[in-house]
Amino acid sequence: MADHAPAETLALRVQFDTEAQQKDASTLGMWLFLITEIMFFGGMFTVYTVYRSWYPDVFAIASSSLNEIIGALNTGVLLLSSFTMVMAVRAGQLGQRKAILIFLILTLLFGGIFLGVKGYEWNQKFEEHHIPGQAAFHLEGVAPSDQGHAQLFFSIYFAMTGLHALHMVIGVGILLTLIVQARKGRFSASYYTPIDVTGLYWHFVDVIWIFLFPLLYLIDRHLVK
Amino acid sequence: MSDPHEQTHIDSVGSYVKILLALLVATGVTTAVARLDLGAFNTVVALSIASVKMLLVALFFMHIRHSNKLTKLVVAGGLLWLAILLLLTMTDFATRGILGVPGK
Repeated sequence: MADHAPAETLALRVQFDTEAQQKDASTLGMWLFLITEIMFFGGMFTVYTVYRSWYPDVFAIASSSLNEIIGALNTGVLLLSSFTMVMAVRAGQLGQRKAILIFLILTLLFGGIFLGVKGYEWNQKFEEHHIPGQAAFHLEGVAPSDQGHAQLFFSIYFAMTGLHALHMVIGVGILLTLIVQARKGRFSASYYTPIDVTGLYWHFVDVIWIFLFPLLYLIDRHLVK
Repeated sequence: MSDPHEQTHIDSVGSYVKILLALLVATGVTTAVARLDLGAFNTVVALSIASVKMLLVALFFMHIRHSNKLTKLVVAGGLLWLAILLLLTMTDFATRGILGVPGK
């Protein structure tokens, strides 16, 4: 009798030998994508490092104009969302469908709060005339000839936090998709790869913020009283 | 069926809670320390705390601890390239002006 090929499942597509092999391939693929993201953000961190080393005094004043308490609290919110995300992955490992749904929704909620606070902070910049390129741009405590360097700081600030927020918005979109799929009962203990790799993405975005927060809000704050 | 040595490691809720608390405390510490004048060490301390937080997130939340060797190698390779990007760029910018430009 001819061998019957086992029916293809979500956890074991025909091109893989074992479920473990398929899972490893997904994880590795996601990590390779994240490596490209590290290099992508890395370019911006390099820009930041070069200009901070060129204009340390102006950058210290500009950096201190950000509200570090709001920044720290928002970091906490993001860390909390990472925790709920990893709990969603854990629920996936255990095949607890209800817990998957609850933790995905919580992650979405915390991600939303983070973005809301970020929007509030950006709005503050508009009200304080700290928008680079604005005709009325003026940073208090900086000489008129150095205002351009202050604009440079805020250009980097908006580019980096903006790019980070864009990643969060994409993450929110992915979470919404997962929530719809989880509601339909698509995930189980043998197949939760989408939750797993989304977790990797979400934590990666968290790690970027872990570095953005001290670099943009904290360094050289002590220089400005 | 998965191989016995490829089984999924499931961490306890308690360990995740501990990691979260450590991350939150580290955030508080780095914010508080930024107000102190440590001279050049302000940057060192801030980046060290950030690196520890990154390691906690990567090892525990991103499960690098339980990942296979290939994944670990890829991640380490990525960080190596990031280091090359930052360090080699700064060898230029940090040393400009040490030597005069001939003919100028």
